[in-house]
Amino acid sequence: MTKRIIFAAVSILLVIAGAYAAFFIAPNERSMGVVQRIFYFHVGSAWAGMDAFLLCFIANLLYVWKRQQKYDSIGVASAEVGLVLTTVVLITGPIWAKPAWGIYWTWDARLTSTFVLWLLYISYLLLRSLIEEPERRALLSSLFGIFAFIDVPLVFFSIRWWRTQHPSPVIMGGPGSGLDPTMNKVFFFNVLVMHVFALFLIVERYILEKTKNEVDILQREAEAQ
Amino acid sequence: MSLLSNTATLLGKELRTEFRSRELLTTTVVFILVVLILFSFAISPTTEESREFGPGLLWLAILFAASLMLQPCFLREQSNDTLSSLRLAVDDPFAIFLAKLIANTLFLLLTEVLMLPLFAVFYNIAILPKLHYLLLVLFLGSFGISVAGTALSAISAQARMRELLLPLLLLPLLTPILVVSATVSVSLLDREPIVQWQGIAFLAIFDLVFLTALWLFGEYLLEE
Repeated sequence: MTKRIIFAAVSILLVIAGAYAAFFIAPNERSMGVVQRIFYFHVGSAWAGMDAFLLCFIANLLYVWKRQQKYDSIGVASAEVGLVLTTVVLITGPIWAKPAWGIYWTWDARLTSTFVLWLLYISYLLLRSLIEEPERRALLSSLFGIFAFIDVPLVFFSIRWWRTQHPSPVIMGGPGSGLDPTMNKVFFFNVLVMHVFALFLIVERYILEKTKNEVDILQREAEAQ
Repeated sequence: MSLLSNTATLLGKELRTEFRSRELLTTTVVFILVVLILFSFAISPTTEESREFGPGLLWLAILFAASLMLQPCFLREQSNDTLSSLRLAVDDPFAIFLAKLIANTLFLLLTEVLMLPLFAVFYNIAILPKLHYLLLVLFLGSFGISVAGTALSAISAQARMRELLLPLLLLPLLTPILVVSATVSVSLLDREPIVQWQGIAFLAIFDLVFLTALWLFGEYLLEE
């Protein structure tokens, strides 16, 4: 219990520190100005969200292979947290895009594939809610999760056929890309913060799911008696 | 070679079941026709516009039709619990999927071939110049839809609200097929047609990726 409280306190403090760094420490961007600061939360959530979905995919594979309840719980926990973070990405993106591009939304590869990813994981959670029997739910949703994750690169590359408007990679892009050193530090700090925060949420959600399963089992035993 | 012979036997069974009643084919043809006509009412395109949007609408109609047509694929096995007997009868459960997805591809292709002339007439698009390429795109697209759709209909058949669930699971997954098939078809039906080999290759890759996934994970989809 104390470990959970410490983890909660640390991740919340980190979120506050990340926000402080993004608003007060990072320098103003030359052409976009203050609006650019949303980028620290936007990209941080995007990367953490992707990693949550990656964790979900690994948990799905492990469930199909090992058939242990815990992998199913990790799957649902990381899918839900990934979905929340992707929602943050889909909200902060347009807020930034309106002043920077003049439009809220464009059907470019990264935007569209993030949106499709979001839809796929909504379907994943929806599927889970429509199957009663726990083991069947775990197996079928894991299989759907695997198919969905395989689809993501295909979605991305298929939409690259259309013209793309997302800014080309600034981080780890080619020559000429890159950030001011302070911006860089704040940026990677925020990426770290979002990952810690995501992990905190996943762990909490995992514990909740585990407790729920235990209650279900106890309830069934009580009914059987 | 038991996989091939099992698949052939099961495919024969799928085709016989369908051609006895022709329920699926008739309803799907009518459905695509209705959707295409409604699209035309909704946007009343000029000839130039239908060149630009027609193929996309055609693919959207195919996608919707497929998400309905793939429903009964596994449901039909449930009423008499024939799926368990099928699983006992074959060594490799992949044969069941292979037979079903080949049958679904054939049904989809048949409806598309029936629809193409009507599409050409209603949208005033000349389809003949690059017909063989168009058929190739239709084949690769329909095969991809059937591979993913057969897998997902095995999932949705075991859930509640299955009629609504299958389109919700399937349509986002098929985004790549819709995007690429529509783009390739538009350039094939253009005034100066171009064959986008990259797109055709992409469709083949999609088909292969999902076929491999189905081969690897298919047996788990049929677990009791």
